[in-house]
Amino acid sequence: MKNIKYAILGIFFGIVFVKAEIISWFRIQEMFRFQRFHMYGVIGSAVVVGMISILLIKKYNARSAEGEQIQIEPKKFNKGQIYGGLMFGAGWALTGACPGPLFAQIGTGATVIIVTLLSAIAGTWFYGLIRKSCPIKQATFHLRYFVNCTVQL
Amino acid sequence: MLPWYIAGPLIGLTVPALLLLGNKKFGISSTLRQVCAACIPAGIPFFKYDWKKDAWNLFFVAGILIGGFVAANWLHSGPVEVHPNLQAELAEYGVVNYDNIVPQDLFNWNELLTPRGLILMVVGGFLVGFGTRYAGGCTSGHSIMGA
Repeated sequence: MKNIKYAILGIFFGIVFVKAEIISWFRIQEMFRFQRFHMYGVIGSAVVVGMISILLIKKYNARSAEGEQIQIEPKKFNKGQIYGGLMFGAGWALTGACPGPLFAQIGTGATVIIVTLLSAIAGTWFYGLIRKSCPIKQATFHLRYFVNCTVQL
Repeated sequence: MLPWYIAGPLIGLTVPALLLLGNKKFGISSTLRQVCAACIPAGIPFFKYDWKKDAWNLFFVAGILIGGFVAANWLHSGPVEVHPNLQAELAEYGVVNYDNIVPQDLFNWNELLTPRGLILMVVGGFLVGFGTRYAGGCTSGHSIMGA
């Protein structure tokens, strides 16, 4: 199974999540209240290390272990990122988790987080649904359309 | 607790690790879309795509879950240390247990049926799922991979 290596990387990642407590609801509350530098340090240094790695990979035209040329497409900006980002931020504040940590939280034994995960899946599903119902390009997708679409359903 | 200057770089290194392993882009919220596509596509175009091509991502999050289990059961290091101001604030809401990184007083099956629990777990989860897809990514995909 060629996907096993990703599971192993995931295990490592999950352990770091828990040991660094970045999946802790308490740490997220401290972050949003500016009471501890920890989360900013983690995300900030992760971004820097990720960025330097990508620069190096591009510079040396690195290939993957499977011999594929590594390609990184630049991200395009759209308004959805602002509104979606705000909603996600609110969700993060409430649950203390973004999608990755949800899985780690369940792993730590907080089985009730399965409900949160299912709800997150429902949220994604709902996005897929109203995206179709509303003939609006993602770039001009507006919060009030979200409300309108919801009402129309 | 692992200090930020160790944890952050380790997380950042996941980006090149995934790229070098198999030209994969770090991004976790897309697994939610994959689950939708695999289980409840309901004829919605947004979920009609070759989700199996990204099946590696499901292995990755399964690994995260196992990693959480391993760390919590065999590498546990005592109660979570929390800022005194936050502790005082949380005590007013009856949150006094710091044994687990997920606060037991707020996130448990009995709480799920209270208005507070519903907002925290169900509404919060929904916003995470909707918001990440609307924005086109979560913390990992946008800030760590995207920057």
